[in-house]
Amino acid sequence: MTRTRRPLLALATLALSASVALPGSAFAGPTLDAVKKRGELVCGSNPGIAGFGLPDDKGQWKGFDIEFCRAMASAIFNDPNKVRFTPLSAKDRFTALQSGEIDVLSRNTTWTQSREVGQGFEFGAVTYYDGQGFMVRKKLNVNSALELSGASVCVQQGTTTELNLADFFRTHNMKYESVVFATADEALKAYDTGRCDSFTTDMSQLYGERTKLGNPEDHVILPEVISKEPLGPVVRQGDDQWFNLVKWTHYAMVTAEELSVTKANVDEKLKDTNPEIKRLLGTEGDFGAGLGLGKDWAYRIIKNIGNYGEVFDRNVGAGSKLKIQRGLNALWTNKGLQYAPPIR
Amino acid sequence: MAGFVRTAPEPTLPPPAASIGVVATLRDRLFSGPLASVFTVLGVVFLAWAIPPLVRFLVIDAVWSAPDGAACRAPGAGACWAYIWRKAGYFTYGSYPIDQRWRVDIVFIVGAILIAWLLIRRAPWRSVAAGLFFIAYPVMTVLLLRGATTLGLAIVPTDMWGGVLVTLIMALSGIVFSLPFGVALALGRRSTLPIVRFFSIGFIEIMRGVPMITVLFMANLMLPLFVPESWAPDRLLRPLIGVALFASAYMAEVVRGGLQAIPKGQFEGAMALGLTYPQRMRLIILPQALAIVIPGIVNSFIALFKDTTLVAIVGIFDFLRAVDTARLDPEWAGPTITATGYVFAALFYFVFCFGMSRYSLAVEKELAKSRNR
Repeated sequence: MTRTRRPLLALATLALSASVALPGSAFAGPTLDAVKKRGELVCGSNPGIAGFGLPDDKGQWKGFDIEFCRAMASAIFNDPNKVRFTPLSAKDRFTALQSGEIDVLSRNTTWTQSREVGQGFEFGAVTYYDGQGFMVRKKLNVNSALELSGASVCVQQGTTTELNLADFFRTHNMKYESVVFATADEALKAYDTGRCDSFTTDMSQLYGERTKLGNPEDHVILPEVISKEPLGPVVRQGDDQWFNLVKWTHYAMVTAEELSVTKANVDEKLKDTNPEIKRLLGTEGDFGAGLGLGKDWAYRIIKNIGNYGEVFDRNVGAGSKLKIQRGLNALWTNKGLQYAPPIR
Repeated sequence: MAGFVRTAPEPTLPPPAASIGVVATLRDRLFSGPLASVFTVLGVVFLAWAIPPLVRFLVIDAVWSAPDGAACRAPGAGACWAYIWRKAGYFTYGSYPIDQRWRVDIVFIVGAILIAWLLIRRAPWRSVAAGLFFIAYPVMTVLLLRGATTLGLAIVPTDMWGGVLVTLIMALSGIVFSLPFGVALALGRRSTLPIVRFFSIGFIEIMRGVPMITVLFMANLMLPLFVPESWAPDRLLRPLIGVALFASAYMAEVVRGGLQAIPKGQFEGAMALGLTYPQRMRLIILPQALAIVIPGIVNSFIALFKDTTLVAIVGIFDFLRAVDTARLDPEWAGPTITATGYVFAALFYFVFCFGMSRYSLAVEKELAKSRNR
């Protein structure tokens, strides 16, 4: 009897240990080695948000979050095209990261405490400070959200947007009428037909929604940001080198903007005597080794992609159809929040 | 005295003037009573209210060609067909690399030829076509679309497939897989072997008992967590399998309806001839049973074709999802873009579904001829 039972027992133990080991199996080796071996980065991307991640006419992925992955591919392979994008819905983005299907998630994901502490993820950096804002018609002559007392606001139902809206008007003791719709499209349509005075959603999307209106120039987006939505790239916990690589990809681009190193002038700047620029571009010291990369890791990013300001401008800022203002995403030297620790 | 004997037939008189002509037809068909008259008037009013704005939006005010969305954003502009035209490549191939799209074209063309060959009932060597379509074609499709470095074809990961390509792959593989598997399950459900019967019943009832979205989520979210990364099937293959299994369960019930309708005498007669079980099914029972349930089978196919749009929720860029994504492009975004995109998508699905339904009617008619002989 015992003889027949033992293999069963062994099998059961094996199955048990396998099931315990499996969630960990994704962290087995450093992610960077796997990426180098594979020859491409796999990036969880946005399935479609104007300016942040959207396929163009040719089916090429374009956008702010997309370029972050291209920057990482540049640092690793010196080739911004060695990256494969896996478009993920809001529901399956974390499973895909957890299961090791993607190396990094760059898909306007809000950094929250529970996601980092509870779900085993780490947020590299805040690449975009988002938050809820308001759009109104220009002819109303409203310059601040604080002047919206008594206004009717079109909003999508069942989102944090709706709750933030209520909080904002309550804390400022203002009256408002919320007009609620099941989808953002319906809410926008109602705003467009004059059903409400204002339309509210996250700033990043507000600008995209504005392009859908008949005359985008007739509408303004008010400067106030009434909620905190820090967006950034996410990685699995447990591979610190990879985590650092994600973090410093962003910081290198911010540092480059601070030092006025651009895609166009980066080759000239190689000869610059400014020690900060020298450290950034790898002409002095070796700051890539700790990341598992060469000295010129940041040079590659800037040469292939550009600095933070250029990426912002090209995809969502003044150089794009969206025309999002830098606002909170300006450099700290420009009254914004983008601040990179020094490279030294 | 001989009575009156007619020597020539009486000439036929024309029908009374009141029962022919336009007026009579109108009265007969549209104004045969007070209720019918009311409905006729209501119908005409409805059409007069609905049709002109629709035609104006879709045709008269439509923007047929434009370099970007500016013309479509003009006040009073109708459907923006220029945008559909510009995005046609994306709608058809998704993100498939432009210089490799000829591979997709070959798959489309060969597929169309083989399907036409199979569907035209008078075409010669249809069994050859069937062999090519069911065995050679899938292999060719995978090799061409996915690529094979040994053949000098660059690998194109399925993440980059999209649009009509994905919709047709989903629908075709679902259709091709669900019919044989559904027949097997239907026979299994009526089998006298308890294990086969219980497995079939279990499978059918579980698949029918859960929504398709659940199957898709299971395939997409749970599967990768259960198996090691290297074992997890491709992101496109997962919903493909899910859809095919789901469709099979429904197909099994449709086929079972046909089996149920075959009189017992047919089974007994076949047995009396000394045929084996496979022979009985293949030669006697299934040809009759399947002919009965053609409307049901086609109904399932049409439902399946439209259900493929559900894969969008697990991040697959099928045709509808491609249309839905492209409308966000800031270059084109505008008040009419969404409506244009959805009208175009509706037309696309209608053409395919209507085609399937017409073809099945023709087949039914032809089969009915032989049955009535």
